[in-house]
Amino acid sequence: MQRYIARRALQSLMAIWVMTLVVFSLARISGNPLDVMLPLEAGPEEYERVSKHWGLDQPLHTQYFIFLSKAVRGDFGDSWKWHGESAMGLVAQRLPATLQLAGFALAISLVIALPIGVLAAVMKGNGWDTAAKIIALLGQSLPPFWLGIMLMWIFAVHLGWFPTSGRGGIQYMILPAITLGWFQVAVLMRLLRSSMLDVLDSEFVKLTRIKGLAEWKVVWKHCLRNAAITPLTVFAIIAGGLMTGAVVTESVFSWPGTGQLVVDAVRARDFQVVQAVVIVFAGIFILTNLVVDILYAYLDPRIRYQ
Amino acid sequence: MATETLTTLPWYATPKVSRAMRRVGRYPLVPLALLTFLLVIPALFAPQVAPYDPLKGSLSKRLKPPAWQQGGTIEHPLGTDKLGRDMLSRIIHGARVSLMVSLVAIFVGGIVGTGLGLISGYFGGWVDALLMRLVDISLSLPTILLALVLVAAVGPSFGTVITILMIFLWARYARLVRGETLSIKERDFIARARVAGASHIRIMARYIFPNVVNSLVVLATLQVGYVILLESTLSFLGAGLPRPMPAWGLMIADGRELIVTAWWVSMFPGLAIMLTVLSLNLLGDWLRDHLDPKLRHV
Repeated sequence: MQRYIARRALQSLMAIWVMTLVVFSLARISGNPLDVMLPLEAGPEEYERVSKHWGLDQPLHTQYFIFLSKAVRGDFGDSWKWHGESAMGLVAQRLPATLQLAGFALAISLVIALPIGVLAAVMKGNGWDTAAKIIALLGQSLPPFWLGIMLMWIFAVHLGWFPTSGRGGIQYMILPAITLGWFQVAVLMRLLRSSMLDVLDSEFVKLTRIKGLAEWKVVWKHCLRNAAITPLTVFAIIAGGLMTGAVVTESVFSWPGTGQLVVDAVRARDFQVVQAVVIVFAGIFILTNLVVDILYAYLDPRIRYQ
Repeated sequence: MATETLTTLPWYATPKVSRAMRRVGRYPLVPLALLTFLLVIPALFAPQVAPYDPLKGSLSKRLKPPAWQQGGTIEHPLGTDKLGRDMLSRIIHGARVSLMVSLVAIFVGGIVGTGLGLISGYFGGWVDALLMRLVDISLSLPTILLALVLVAAVGPSFGTVITILMIFLWARYARLVRGETLSIKERDFIARARVAGASHIRIMARYIFPNVVNSLVVLATLQVGYVILLESTLSFLGAGLPRPMPAWGLMIADGRELIVTAWWVSMFPGLAIMLTVLSLNLLGDWLRDHLDPKLRHV
């Protein structure tokens, strides 16, 4: 088990390193990153000064090394748009809001996807199954930002049940969380349904029925526990989806999280902040992957010997 | 007994009619019809079909509601936006923009991916290993985040969007084509071609590629919908197509602040996206089921 963990941890480190490489090269792809960093009015002395300050007169590999050594310590430079704030500081400020929203969205999507997925498998071909198929189809076709705007329009503007934007108590969270979790509902439900179908057919289920257990216990207690393992494997993909989805959802609902931060930074061409957010997000994603893989290996010993 | 049942059947259940209906039912009519009206005709004939110029608006006509509401006119059936541009024309031209972007991205990404996949599967060895690592890395990159990084560096433009989409797309084609190449290259007719002296390139192009086309078509169809969604998301965030192009995502972004007073500016482009992607998905599923059920995992 330890060897498996060590191997996966090493892979994760490699992945994060590749991300920093990609982000670093994207910044320099336009030629001179100074054109991005400095405002238009800057004169040649400004260019000289900033160039020396960021070490841009050095060869590329030296630059990358400096960048990496700073990044490892969490120093992504200072923001250009929000003067006086460091890029990492801004990210740290906004991250809790995003995590809160993502967590809530995940909870909502689980609450919706679990019953429907299980019922769709149990009553195959019936009403629940059709409902599940329709939801899955819509989940893939609806643009999430449009869904958010429509939800806002119907529930916040017309019915006035919820506020349209901002962060606060639970009523501020519901619409954004539904928007964010929508796509995940489709994914989770489909997976749960197919793995439940597999489990319902297996031998040990027949045994529980022979034993005389009530049907609901068979389905919800025994089958679900086994069927739940498969969706766990896509949990990492779901986490990734939640994070990128947060960017869109936070823009629509003006939720003050990292997603909104990065969109504002892009509009202002504040590259330092964008860099910081992307690497932090990628780091979280890779970390989640790692944790899920280890958890999965713990639950299913066959994986460890791959 | 048999004659009794026949004479009491309603007309639509008679054998002749049900046979004909079954033949028609083989084709996915609803998605195809939706697609034709929403995507193909507007995209191809936008200048002829759209009643107004999508880029020119008159400020005196700004924010008019759709025709069936108070204050709306039949001249602008879906209303106007905040610059007085006709919504219907913009949506029609938007279909053209979306389709163009997706097709270019899928075409270029598909060619690159297919080529690399063929090479990777055919030659194997370190080339294969290297390319597959690249594919894995590509697939694990968070697209929207990277798009934001690129736009922060270079600014939004048609070229930026295509580049981002391509980076996202090529890997799937490469993986698919490589898998198919691996299984095809073991077959007899390939060995015979080698013996007959065919060069590697000739084998890949003339013998392997035609057998891979089926799966490629399915993949491409399934992807067009997703690419349209991705492009409109990027445009919505300001990281996609630049203004004043009539992109659906941009229109929705414009309409967001106006949601209280002018809901139609956001609603109709979004509806267009949803219906287009929905029918593309349905069409793709149908194609996959009929052309190559092996691709169910795609």
